[in-house]
Amino acid sequence: MNLTLHVWRQRSADEPGRMERYLAEDIEPEMSFLEMLDVVNEGLIAQGLEPIAFDHDCREGICGTCSQVINGEAHGPLANSTVCQLHMRQFRDGDEIYIEPWRARAFPVLKDLVVDRSALDRLIQANGYVSVSTGGVPDAHAVPIPKINAETAMDAAECIGCGACVAACPNSSAMLFVAAKVGHLASLPQGRVEAAHRVCAMTEAMQREGFGGCGNHYECEAACPKGISVKFIAQLNREYLKALPGKILGK
Amino acid sequence: MILDGKCPAGPLADKWDKHRQEMKLINPANKRKFKILVVGTGLAGASAAATLAELGYRVEAFCYQDSPRRAHSIAAQGGINAAKNYRNDGDSILRLFQDTIKGGDFRAREANVYRLAQVSNAIIDQCVAQGVPFARDYAGYLENRSFGGAQVSRTFFARGQTGQQLLLGAYQALSRQVAAGTVRVFPRREMLDLVLVDGQARGIVVRDLVSGEIRCHAGDAVILATGGYAPVFNLSTNALGCSVTAAFRAYRRGALFANPCFTQIHPTCIPVTGDYQSKLTLMSESLRNDGRIWVPKNRLDERHPNDIPEGERDYFLERKYPSFGNLAPRDIASRAIKEVCDAGYGVGPGKLGVYLDFADALARLGEPVIRDRYGNLFDMYHHITDEDAYRQPMRIYPAPHYTMGGLWVDYNLQSNLPGLFVLGEANFSDHGANRLGASALMQGLADGYFIIPYTIADYLARITPGQVDTNHGAFDQARQEVEAQLNRLLAIGGRRTAADFHRELGQIMWHNVGMARSATGLQEALEQIPVLREEFWQNVRVPGSGRELNQQLEKAWRVADFLEFAEVLTRDALHREESCGGHFRVEHQTTDGEARRDDANFSHVAAWEYRGTGQAPELHREPLTFENTHLAVRSYK
Amino acid sequence: MFHPTLFRNPVVRKLLMAFSGLLLAGFIVAHLLGNLTVFLGPNGINAYAHHLKQLGPLLWVFRGGLLAAAGIHVSFGLLLTLENRRARPMAYYRNKPQRSTLAGRTMIYSGLCLAAFAGFHLLHFTLRLLGPEITPWLDALQRPDVFSMLVIHFRLAGFVLVYILGMGALYFHLSHGLGSMLQTFGLNNARTLPWFGLLSSLIAALLAAGFAAIPALIFFGFITVQGGAA
Ligand SMILES: Cc1cc2nc3c(=O)[nH]c(=O)nc-3n(C[C@H](O)[C@H](O)[C@H](O)COP(=O)(O)OP(=O)(O)OC[C@H]3O[C@@H](n4cnc5c(N)ncnc54)[C@H](O)[C@@H]3O)c2cc1C
Ligand code: HEM
Ligand code: FES
Repeated sequence: MNLTLHVWRQRSADEPGRMERYLAEDIEPEMSFLEMLDVVNEGLIAQGLEPIAFDHDCREGICGTCSQVINGEAHGPLANSTVCQLHMRQFRDGDEIYIEPWRARAFPVLKDLVVDRSALDRLIQANGYVSVSTGGVPDAHAVPIPKINAETAMDAAECIGCGACVAACPNSSAMLFVAAKVGHLASLPQGRVEAAHRVCAMTEAMQREGFGGCGNHYECEAACPKGISVKFIAQLNREYLKALPGKILGK
Repeated sequence: MILDGKCPAGPLADKWDKHRQEMKLINPANKRKFKILVVGTGLAGASAAATLAELGYRVEAFCYQDSPRRAHSIAAQGGINAAKNYRNDGDSILRLFQDTIKGGDFRAREANVYRLAQVSNAIIDQCVAQGVPFARDYAGYLENRSFGGAQVSRTFFARGQTGQQLLLGAYQALSRQVAAGTVRVFPRREMLDLVLVDGQARGIVVRDLVSGEIRCHAGDAVILATGGYAPVFNLSTNALGCSVTAAFRAYRRGALFANPCFTQIHPTCIPVTGDYQSKLTLMSESLRNDGRIWVPKNRLDERHPNDIPEGERDYFLERKYPSFGNLAPRDIASRAIKEVCDAGYGVGPGKLGVYLDFADALARLGEPVIRDRYGNLFDMYHHITDEDAYRQPMRIYPAPHYTMGGLWVDYNLQSNLPGLFVLGEANFSDHGANRLGASALMQGLADGYFIIPYTIADYLARITPGQVDTNHGAFDQARQEVEAQLNRLLAIGGRRTAADFHRELGQIMWHNVGMARSATGLQEALEQIPVLREEFWQNVRVPGSGRELNQQLEKAWRVADFLEFAEVLTRDALHREESCGGHFRVEHQTTDGEARRDDANFSHVAAWEYRGTGQAPELHREPLTFENTHLAVRSYK
Repeated sequence: MFHPTLFRNPVVRKLLMAFSGLLLAGFIVAHLLGNLTVFLGPNGINAYAHHLKQLGPLLWVFRGGLLAAAGIHVSFGLLLTLENRRARPMAYYRNKPQRSTLAGRTMIYSGLCLAAFAGFHLLHFTLRLLGPEITPWLDALQRPDVFSMLVIHFRLAGFVLVYILGMGALYFHLSHGLGSMLQTFGLNNARTLPWFGLLSSLIAALLAAGFAAIPALIFFGFITVQGGAA
């Protein structure tokens, strides 16, 4: 099939960008979306043009590197999947496809479709962990954990950190990302010890990094390739309310 | 040269404890004076960086991805082994040790493997303490599953995302140290050279993948935890950025490369559909518990698989290996699949695939049970192929998956270059000629959390911290060499892309140095690779400049290194005149087509020393002795 | 006592919005219940107005609280909206919302409409600066003759239109706001999520319809000066 692509091109962080039009010809429906871009890039290189820069690595939906807004949807039209899991059979001959980078103040564009997501790392650095050092921990069976809590923790821990929640949120909020980590750790006894400090620290970091606030629009859940539920945002709010008295009284 | 693995003397079970007693320590106040460079933030690198920083060392960590959390360890699905014996089914450290040695077809060092089994239990404890949400039963205790090559259930898992959860645990531990200011992480940096000062590893040269800047970093020791080299075959289950570059550059600086020909081909991957294909996706091995593998008996049979009657199907694994059937080990199953496809019986595009059929299991157990067991895998298969495996058989084909070979290290995980330590898949240490499922995650974390913190101290305690900085001439020299090679790549202005060369290299490697290797095929590869490399340096086209984010330039450098490394791998395969584990030489098989190991002549590690591009590398041997295991022939008939 | 970062925290800000929103919504419910006395005729609503007046200082406490809530809600609402916009400096060329609603994305506009409406409403009925003058203002029992005022003013299409539009804004604002508030208070879980959205629209519709019924019924002659509710 033949397609028309409109792709965001931007040389570097400090230069302005614009949408440019390309033709993608003889595309097979079995190709993945990224393989389609590979083919387009080979064509651009052959013509002496600059290929389109885009982030990718595992190409199987787990590393969270790929990041494109396709026709106005983060990770494209297929629910519960990443761009790299999207295949061209989702499109029809003659389709026009708009490809843009994640757009958020906290994610500056580095080049074309590549953005800087280090803000997400800094959110985890704000106590998105259990403060345990290597060694000297009890046997893994010392504390039984109800299956349901372990499952809830896993539901949240499945986050791949791609940032689609931020890209899809009208406010560019990282609330679902933060809530997934807060919810993962707060559901386990090992994470409860620091739960109060964690929820405060992570939400403050979110503000510092220039993400917006949650508007309860739930676009994040719809865009999340792992289908992480906004119930974790409610859980975050509960955790925050629990932490609030301590916070006001100065801990 | 005969290499010494420096394994401590004494009974196997006491070696590590005794060694730990004997190694030197560094007092807490002095640790701060040492800076350690850790390249790689996968399970091995992240766990090492976090633990060393907790101990008080200053650490700099590097990865080519935009975040340490994205290292390819994230993709491991199945699980991680440990000798906990929580199931009361007879597991023990000794049994895990024996299974790993046997699984590796007796080509690994006993002392290393025993230590791995010893620390395996602490890994699970550590991960639980970090909040890794392993699967649990209704009583709240950890679940286990069984995996190939073992008769006990010792594999711990977190749904189908064990590697992800373990890596996030290590990444969070690392993040804690970043917050504490003890680690600096440098993401989107690719190590392009190792810097030696007076024969000691003292630093690295990295390219900032965003600005293109070439920078030097100096430290008192360098740790490489840069993963495997399976993409030397182009298509593999690895991430697209995985490369041999870091290890290969260390090799060029004098580090020995051990057993490069020990590569693992995983039997159950989704087959290739076209030339544009960029990656092969692994389907968990567990599918073979309920799926039956077959091809049509008539090679011209074009019918839909559901229309081919039972009598016209060849269940070749069940036929050849009646006792193990579809559960034959990875190397054996992969080879059998290749054989039938080579003979023209394959199915699907290019006839490179066999059926993995669940019809019997569906009839016997019902769809809900199958959905419960494999639902996510069936979905993944559907995502990629648009075929419904509940209604028709899956198609699978083997794909390069893991590389047992790697930089040579001694018992302390130190390479032959003082100050250069190698962890995880990047070293060669623990899996011999074949790795058992769920053992790579174990090894990566064992190396990072529990071994390197002790052994590196022993090295550091013997040197003076901060002796060199990046002003030393060796750094300038290395940086200039890197810049020269980058400029050379950019200046060629040929007609073919780096990806195109990678595809061609992949073809050569897959056909000649893949699952079944023959002297003629290997010789052929040794002729073709240098020709291709020549052409690469004449005809590659790398657009753009070096002073910007340039993914083509990154790719070209990696392919350039693969083009040299492929030759080392092939030479090693030619040298090893035996069949063992993942290495199958057609000349060395029994009359019924099984691997024939040659313990008399090849019970050694083959470690190669660089002698110049295009020159044959020099072979060094480390003899392997088996005092605690019985050298047996693997049979799965 | 208050940590300096407290009011910069996005969750705290959101909680303030939700809490002040809850107070405002509580007022709205009470106000509606009061207003519905219009259906009892002059003896209903005039008596209600009279009782309110008699509360004296208590009424001012209420008004003060309400004003504070409104002040917090409006100032943080504006602040949050500006901040959230700043978080996305460049819009997408193509944007295809999946789950969010128009109501949710336009909270600031429905909110500002409500503020404008509240101003108009105060000028109109509290300060009585708009529309035909009602003389005498006190009824036979010396109570404010709210009933006559309503019935006379709501024969005028302009007033009716403003009130109906105001209630449209109220419906819009609350159809997102109420469900959102429950989420902010952490009362949601996977099971309640779909229902709270629906419940929120339902309550918003009931409230808005309740208020809008008064001008509408008067305009169409169902309530007249003579007979009270016809
Ligand atoms: C699909 C798949 C499934 C698997 N499933 C299992 C399983 O179930 N159980 C099991 O035990 N094993 C499994 N394995 C194997 C296992 O995942 C890997 O062997 C292991 O995770 C490797 O970890 P590592 O830390 O050594 O390397 P990696 O996780 O690969 O990390 C390499 C790191 O090095 C960095 N790096 C590499 N080169 C450079 C450079 N030049 N400059 C800077 N940084 C560099 C990368 O950025 C990355 O951070 C699986 C492997 C694959 C591919
Ligand atoms: C009748 C009066 C009002 C009521 C009952 C009301 C009620 C609410 C409620 C319940 C919420 C949800 C809070 C949450 O999401 O947790 C809300 C949100 C909001 N309100 Fe109001 N409101 C009123 C007036 C106003 C006014 C006058 C403004 C003008 C600025 C306004 C602006 C907003 C905004 C912008 C939000 C969304 C905040 C966000 O999601 O970030 N509201 N309102
Ligand atoms: S490339 Fe790894 S998730 Fe898409």
